[in-house]
Amino acid sequence: MNSIINNLVETQTELPKFSSGDHIKVHVRVIEGDKERIQSFEGDVISIRGNGASKTFTVRKISSGVGVERIFPYNSPKIAKVELLKEGYVRRAKLYYLRKLSGKAARIKGKKA
Amino acid sequence: MLGLLGKKIGMSNIYNAEGNIIPVTVIQAGPCTIVNVRTKDKNGYNALQLAFSVRKEKSLSKPVLGQYKKNNLTPAEVLKEIRFADVENYKIGDEVKVSIFKEGDKIKVKSKSKGKGFQGVVKRHGFGGVGLVTHGQSDRVRAPGSIGASSYPSRVFKGQKMAGRLGYENVTISNLKVVKIIPEQNLILVKGAVPGANNSIVELIKK
Repeated sequence: MNSIINNLVETQTELPKFSSGDHIKVHVRVIEGDKERIQSFEGDVISIRGNGASKTFTVRKISSGVGVERIFPYNSPKIAKVELLKEGYVRRAKLYYLRKLSGKAARIKGKKA
Repeated sequence: MLGLLGKKIGMSNIYNAEGNIIPVTVIQAGPCTIVNVRTKDKNGYNALQLAFSVRKEKSLSKPVLGQYKKNNLTPAEVLKEIRFADVENYKIGDEVKVSIFKEGDKIKVKSKSKGKGFQGVVKRHGFGGVGLVTHGQSDRVRAPGSIGASSYPSRVFKGQKMAGRLGYENVTISNLKVVKIIPEQNLILVKGAVPGANNSIVELIKK
């Protein structure tokens, strides 16, 4: 990418290093009226795409039996914090195959010590 | 009216105060040197002749070069006239900078669109194509269909939409919002897309 554009991007440096297959908790700033509160979204990272200003990551969780995915811009000021809860062991960068699986099959193995 | 010449750098996105993403096109606008001033009394309209970027002296013809030499200016890549309402505030040799715009302004962006080459009617004019892939048909999926009737009018009407060259024409996009201005780097960020490839020359015009 162009260096002029690269310099424009305010990159988020406070996020911990996480990759596909990790179980994370994203703390999102929600503004309701003039009040701000933190809402968390906990799930598995199934994809990280793009770079620079357009980098995003997708978190998937099963909420009351229904699969829910949320795409977060990596550099968004709305992300207050990301907690890395468990590192997963996966052999792919994009875990879209999890969408077709459920229950025990949809588990991700933990990272080998 | 006022305006500036610039170069499209590329697209990116930035966050606004609420933390929402805004897609922006980054344009390096100016500084443009004023080569000539056109006034209502002398020329019938108010405009500034602006020069942008640098070009080697040897790649310009003598008559064009003379326009710069007359006032001891350096030859530029682009020389273009842009209408200005208040020409009396400017004089030859001055620089017009990106600071003439303000954040929140609505501007027009003019540029040459990307050339697409020889294209069929589906891409060029939005035709639907003729028919199916199956039932014994062949090569009719992206065809234009009939271009006229037989005995009457017995000819094809002028202006009938057909395949041909697409793109590389002047395109103006109006009402693009100026999201941010970075005067130190001569950069202007406008919301949304701007016609043309990266590194192409754009005209920014404010009413």
